[in-house]
Amino acid sequence: MDIFGIPVQALMGQLLIGLINGSFYALLSLGLAVIFGLLNIINFAHGAFYMMGAFGAYLLLNKLGLNYWWALLLSPIIVGAVGVVLERTMLKRLYQLDHLYGLLLTFGLALIIQGLFRNEFGSSGLPYAIPAQLSGGQNLGFMFLPNYRAWVIVASLVVCLLTWYVIEHTRLGGYLRAATENPQLVQAFGINVPRMITLTFGFGVGLAALAGVMAAPIYQVGPLMGADLIIVVFAVVVIGGMGSIMGAIVTGFGLGLVEGLTKVFYPEASTTVIFVIMTIVLLLRPAGLFGAEK
Amino acid sequence: MKRKLLCSLIAGIGLAAGGLAHAEVSGGVVKIGVLSDMSGPYADLSGPGSVVAAKMAAEDYVKQTGSKLKIEVVSGDHQNKPDVGSSITRKWIDSEGVDMILDVPTSSVMFAVAEVVKEKNKVLVDSTGGSSDMTGKSCNANTVHWTYDTWMLAHGTGSAVVKSGGDSWFFLTADYAFGHALEKDTSEVVKNNGGKVLGSVKVPLGTTDFSSFLLQAQGSKAKIVGLANAGNDTINSIKQAAEFGIVKGGQKMAGLLVFISDVHGLGLQTAQGLQLTETFYWNQDDGARAWSKRFGERHGGKMPTSAQAGVYAGMLHYLKAVDALQEDADGAKVVAEMKKLPTDDPLFGKGVVREDGRKIHPAYLFEVKTPAESKGPWDYYKLVQTIPADQAFRPLKDGNCPLVK
Repeated sequence: MDIFGIPVQALMGQLLIGLINGSFYALLSLGLAVIFGLLNIINFAHGAFYMMGAFGAYLLLNKLGLNYWWALLLSPIIVGAVGVVLERTMLKRLYQLDHLYGLLLTFGLALIIQGLFRNEFGSSGLPYAIPAQLSGGQNLGFMFLPNYRAWVIVASLVVCLLTWYVIEHTRLGGYLRAATENPQLVQAFGINVPRMITLTFGFGVGLAALAGVMAAPIYQVGPLMGADLIIVVFAVVVIGGMGSIMGAIVTGFGLGLVEGLTKVFYPEASTTVIFVIMTIVLLLRPAGLFGAEK
Repeated sequence: MKRKLLCSLIAGIGLAAGGLAHAEVSGGVVKIGVLSDMSGPYADLSGPGSVVAAKMAAEDYVKQTGSKLKIEVVSGDHQNKPDVGSSITRKWIDSEGVDMILDVPTSSVMFAVAEVVKEKNKVLVDSTGGSSDMTGKSCNANTVHWTYDTWMLAHGTGSAVVKSGGDSWFFLTADYAFGHALEKDTSEVVKNNGGKVLGSVKVPLGTTDFSSFLLQAQGSKAKIVGLANAGNDTINSIKQAAEFGIVKGGQKMAGLLVFISDVHGLGLQTAQGLQLTETFYWNQDDGARAWSKRFGERHGGKMPTSAQAGVYAGMLHYLKAVDALQEDADGAKVVAEMKKLPTDDPLFGKGVVREDGRKIHPAYLFEVKTPAESKGPWDYYKLVQTIPADQAFRPLKDGNCPLVK
């Protein structure tokens, strides 16, 4: 059976691949949405933190002999800590100013971080092997699914849903959302708002680093890996609605699927299709699919 | 008073005489500009390593020949943008006295720089740009194309792979001029050798995830998946092909443009079994090994790529021509001299620069070793086949170069 001249089996394979890419988009745009939603910072350094997460995994393995599973735990913590330091020393001075200043600062930071890594490690990237427990794959009949990719879908779905749950349905999340609405009032209830904001930023950065660790075995660990991805992820966040957690998750997976289908029907357009959708969405719903009109 | 006048007179004569003695080498120095990608995707295969190679050429030439030439090397980053490349070239030639431009990866930049160099009558010795049009319809009297080109890659890998049984192909093609040319050239070779092309997919430049395209290649059931791309695109497609079990499933990967820095970045575990064509490998003989060791000492232990080796060899030959003429201002004249002199260097051996500007040397089909076969760092290739110099490059008459009568 064919659909538009493509065998159904091949199409199923492509959809699955789309879902896998979508899980990276979702994980990255989730971090961006959390940071924008709660801090009002358009974090252009997000791609750089993602790259640092992957390098963290590489360095932990090659310098300290710690395997993938340790990297999955430690790299986001380390990179998140770097994020906390940057927030404390630089970003916190910008909260009263226009969005644009945060964007410029983080963009500059991204360039500096990428430059430093490129000087140290070169531009063609470093190898990072798939952990032994997850190598190999399953023959699903319509496609060969590498075990590692299946793990990426599951892990990122779990992380995304947990984050969404914590922010939307727990007391901690409630404080966070309240603090973004009215920080003075929340402070008056005896809650340390600046610390909460710092930790939130650290958490968002940690999410980017986590995506980086998961990406390391699939892509080369290279200084430009984040720069290549960040524009797409921004488009995802804009389509989903800036700051909307659910929007980031749903559009992340959804756009992965759309991109996967484009790769079958008209591969040449696969890198631009997301931006075409972004244009259409912005024309029809300027706040994004899940964004609240203000 | 008289004495003062006399002194200035003598000084003046001295100056004039000095000026006369060096009049032929412009500015008294041979100034060479290494124009490369210093920070982008091709920085590892050329970039800073090419600058190291050029400096070594300057030192080695003076040491070995006892030449009196004063040589100076400068470098610049064209960021893979033709406009940036040509404006740096203009500035170098117009206001900094640069006589020769070296390296220049990325075909589009190569052509832009070649235009400027021709207009100003200087010299371009291009080691890293790929398009074979440089010595075909776009050839000119001021350019020498040194290390490799797309025709050579297509024929080297294409015909060898078909002859060893890989008679059905599917291409992953980078969606720009270089990828299209490489796919077209290789398809012709495959068909002429009795193979067939089952399909191809055009992949946008800057794609990081190749899995959709690899699935299409897998579905085509072609014996060979041909990679008509370069740099990080090649690396990512090979890496992800391993993940999707393409090689284990019985298909083979053929990299049409693979540098040793790419293989190093991939690691042997992933790259093993890949077939590729090169004109230089650091471990091919004693001369290459000795030079590469010295290069490695100055470049963080990294072994040279063929592109960097071509920078060294091409510059040596240029200096020889300048020394023979004792002049560097008239670029076309220097290039004519380079074509007249036979080439001989420790990296590419004996060869010639042809009338259309093509440097002629043998090419080699290599296969990447398995981790077990490799005896140490950077020991990556085993020789499958040597393609003699007279077959490695496009025959002179087929290129339609206007210089060839």
